[in-house]
Amino acid sequence: MIAILIQLAALFGLLSILAFGGGAGVIPDMQRAAVEHYHWMTGREFLDLFAISRAAPGPGSLIVVLIGQKAAGLAGAAVSFVAMFVPSCLLAYVVAQFWHRAGGTQWRKLLERALAPIAIGMTFASGLSLMRGTEHGWLAYTITLASTAAFAFTGINPVLLLAGGGVAVLLAGG
Amino acid sequence: MGNRVPARPTLAALFGGFVSIGMMSFGGGLAAWMRREVVQRRGWMDDPQFLSGYALSQLVPGATNVNLAVFIGAQLRGWSGAIAAFAGLTTLPVTIVLVVGFIYFRLQGMPSGSWFSSVLAGMGAVAIGLNLGTGIRLARRNITQVSQIAIAAAVAISVGVLGFSLVHALLVMVPLSLLAAWLSGPR
Repeated sequence: MIAILIQLAALFGLLSILAFGGGAGVIPDMQRAAVEHYHWMTGREFLDLFAISRAAPGPGSLIVVLIGQKAAGLAGAAVSFVAMFVPSCLLAYVVAQFWHRAGGTQWRKLLERALAPIAIGMTFASGLSLMRGTEHGWLAYTITLASTAAFAFTGINPVLLLAGGGVAVLLAGG
Repeated sequence: MGNRVPARPTLAALFGGFVSIGMMSFGGGLAAWMRREVVQRRGWMDDPQFLSGYALSQLVPGATNVNLAVFIGAQLRGWSGAIAAFAGLTTLPVTIVLVVGFIYFRLQGMPSGSWFSSVLAGMGAVAIGLNLGTGIRLARRNITQVSQIAIAAAVAISVGVLGFSLVHALLVMVPLSLLAAWLSGPR
C-alpha cells in the first residue's frame, strides 16, 4: 500500500512538471504507467476513467484522482491530487508574480497583444486534437459541430448542451 | 487602452467565483467559463489580461485551467488569492469525480455500465464543441488583423491537426507573433 502511494506520488509529481501544453499532453504517459507498467487497471478501464474525467465538471487532469482511487483507494486519490497539482501551481504562481510586477510596461502590453492570437489558436487546437484522439464517429461529429455553433452564436446554457449530447448518444444506442 | 478594470474582489468572492467556474465547466469548456465569469460577468480583468494569462498558463507545465486559476487569483489577491482560486476550482469537482468513480467501479460488468459510458461519450462530444465555440467567440472579439488570423490558424492547425507538440509550435509562433505585434504598433 505504502509502496503504491510512493509510486503514485513519484509518477504524478514528475508528470506535473513535464505536462507542457496542459494536462492532456501527458495522458499517454499516464496510460502507459497505469496499464502497462504498474497494472493498476486495464486499457478499457483507463478509457472509461478518461471519459469520466472529461464529462465531470472541473479540470480534465482530475483523472489522476480516479487513477489513484483505483490503485490505492482514497489515500491514493489524495496523494495523486497533491502530486499532480502542487508543483505546477507553484510554477504558475511564480510566473504570475513576475507578470504582475511588469504592470503597465510597454513590453507587457506588447506581449499581451502577441499572446492573444496564440491563445485563440490553442483553444481551437485542443478541440481539434481531442477529436483526433478519440474514436469520433458521425454522430459524435454531428454533436460536436452542433454544439460548437450553438455555443458560439447563441446564449444557450452549456449544461443544457451537455445533457442533450448525453441523451442523444444514449438514444442512438452508441 | 485605459479600460483596465480596477475591481479587486475579496477572497470570498474569488473563492465563490471559482466554485461556480469549476461546477459549470465540463471537459474542454473550462477556459470559456473562466472568461465568462472573470471578464464578462465580474469585470475583474479585461480580455487582453485574460488572454495573456491563458497563454502564459499554457507555457507553464501542468493543467492549463488550474494554472490559469492560480494566475488570476495571484494577479488579483497575491498568494492567498491563488489558494482561494485553486481551492474554489477544485474542491467540488474532486468530490464529484470521486463519487462518480465510486459508482463506476461498482457498476463495472453490470448492464447499466454501458449506458453510463454512452452518456459519457455524448457529453465528451459536446465538451469538444464548447471548446471550439469558445475559440470562435474569442476570435470574433479579439482578432482584428490578418497577421493575427494567420498566427491563430497556424497554431490551431499545426498542433490540432498535424499533431506537432505545443512546445515546438510555441517556440516558432511566439517570436513570430511578437514580431507582428511590434511591427503593427500600439492600437
